[in-house]
Amino acid sequence: MAEKMINLKLKVWRQNGPKAVGAFEDHDVSVSADSSFLEMLDELNDSLERNGKDPVVFESDCREGICGTCGLVINGQPHGPIPKIATCQLHMRHFTEGQTIWIEPFRAKAFPVLKDLAVDRSAFDTIMHAGGYVSVNTGGVPDANAIAIPKDVAAEAFDAAACIGCGACVAACKNASAMLFVSAKVSQFAVLPQGQPERYTRVQKMVKVMDELGFGSCTNTYACEAECPKGISVKNIARMNKDYIKAKVKTEKIELEA
Amino acid sequence: MGWLSESLNSSIGKKFIMALTGISLILFLIVHLAGNLTLFIGEEAFNLYVESLDKIKPFIRVIEVVLAAIFIFHIVNGIKLYFENRGARPEKYAVNGSRKNSTLFSRTMAQTGSIIFIFLVIHLSTFWKAFNLDTHAADASYYNIVLEWFQIEWYAVLYVICMIILGFHLNHGFQSAFQTFGWNHNKYASLIKKIGTGYAVIMAVGFASIPIYFLLGGM
Ligand code: SF4
Ligand code: FES
Repeated sequence: MAEKMINLKLKVWRQNGPKAVGAFEDHDVSVSADSSFLEMLDELNDSLERNGKDPVVFESDCREGICGTCGLVINGQPHGPIPKIATCQLHMRHFTEGQTIWIEPFRAKAFPVLKDLAVDRSAFDTIMHAGGYVSVNTGGVPDANAIAIPKDVAAEAFDAAACIGCGACVAACKNASAMLFVSAKVSQFAVLPQGQPERYTRVQKMVKVMDELGFGSCTNTYACEAECPKGISVKNIARMNKDYIKAKVKTEKIELEA
Repeated sequence: MGWLSESLNSSIGKKFIMALTGISLILFLIVHLAGNLTLFIGEEAFNLYVESLDKIKPFIRVIEVVLAAIFIFHIVNGIKLYFENRGARPEKYAVNGSRKNSTLFSRTMAQTGSIIFIFLVIHLSTFWKAFNLDTHAADASYYNIVLEWFQIEWYAVLYVICMIILGFHLNHGFQSAFQTFGWNHNKYASLIKKIGTGYAVIMAVGFASIPIYFLLGGM
């Protein structure tokens, strides 16, 4: 059986560097309906290189939806039109013959464009350094399952921990808010016993750094949840709000220790 | 109190102010509508209602000052959020996909809020002023003041439009406040959303019914 091919008009964002002014570049491509979105861009880059032109810079790594490296805004939606998948899991069969596809980078002040479609998401790392961990003292290895954790609690933590840090929530939010990401990282510890000792300092530290990095404030549009490839729930944001307010009202400490 | 202003100026602090003042205004609107509905009972009932408020004027004045403060906090904070949030994405998307991932109500809070603010100014400078500042004859009827205003067509229509927009604003605001307080529970969240929508519809229809009633009555 012959491979089904589709013809598409691409409008690809090209930008030479963080300070450069970007613009869309038109490309007509013909691809197999079975190829993935990133394979289509690979093919485009091959032909660009063959013609001595600069390939389009975009990021990817695992190409199976688990690392969070890929991330494009496709026709206005981070990771494209299909819910709960990453850009690398998107296939061309979801597009129609002759369709125009706009491909843009994640746009946010806190995610400056490095080149073309690649953005600098190290702001997420900075937030993680501020509190996205549990401190474990060295010593004897604790017994596995020494602390009993109900199955549904473990599942809740796991659901939060499924966040791959891709940044689509920021890209989707009209305020470029990082609340879904940060709340997932806060929640994966906040619901478990191991996360309790640092629970209320963690949330304060991470929110403080998040604010300093220039992300917007959440206004509960829930666009993040709709576009998240891992289906992270905005319930995590509610939990983080509650923990943050509690921390501010109840703790005796006035200054946060670094 | 450095920690307090720092907390309230954080991103979550600003949400919290919006939610707390928003919920207060939501409660105020219920009282306001309940009082207004005496207009439907008749001239006497409404006049009696306004006069009974007049009798406890000092108390009402305190409430008004508190209300004004709540409004100002809500508005100033909302404006601040709007501009900061716009600044968080200096370069806009060429294709806006927000229709596919969020509701119109949630995306237009700043716009609906601005219209409600303009409405508030008009409302205060007509009704509130007429009831509180204008000198009127001892036998003047409050009911007639309402009647006269709402028989002006453009004024009545303006009210109806603004009340629909108020409904949009409340529909998102209600459930949003619960989310901000951290009350997003598997069992109750969908109920809260429904109550919020019901509340918004009741407020919009309830308040809009008054100008409609007087306008049609005058025709
Ligand atoms: S919450 Fe979802 S969209 Fe946001 S970084 Fe994590 S996986 Fe990506
Ligand atoms: S490349 Fe790893 S998630 Fe897409």
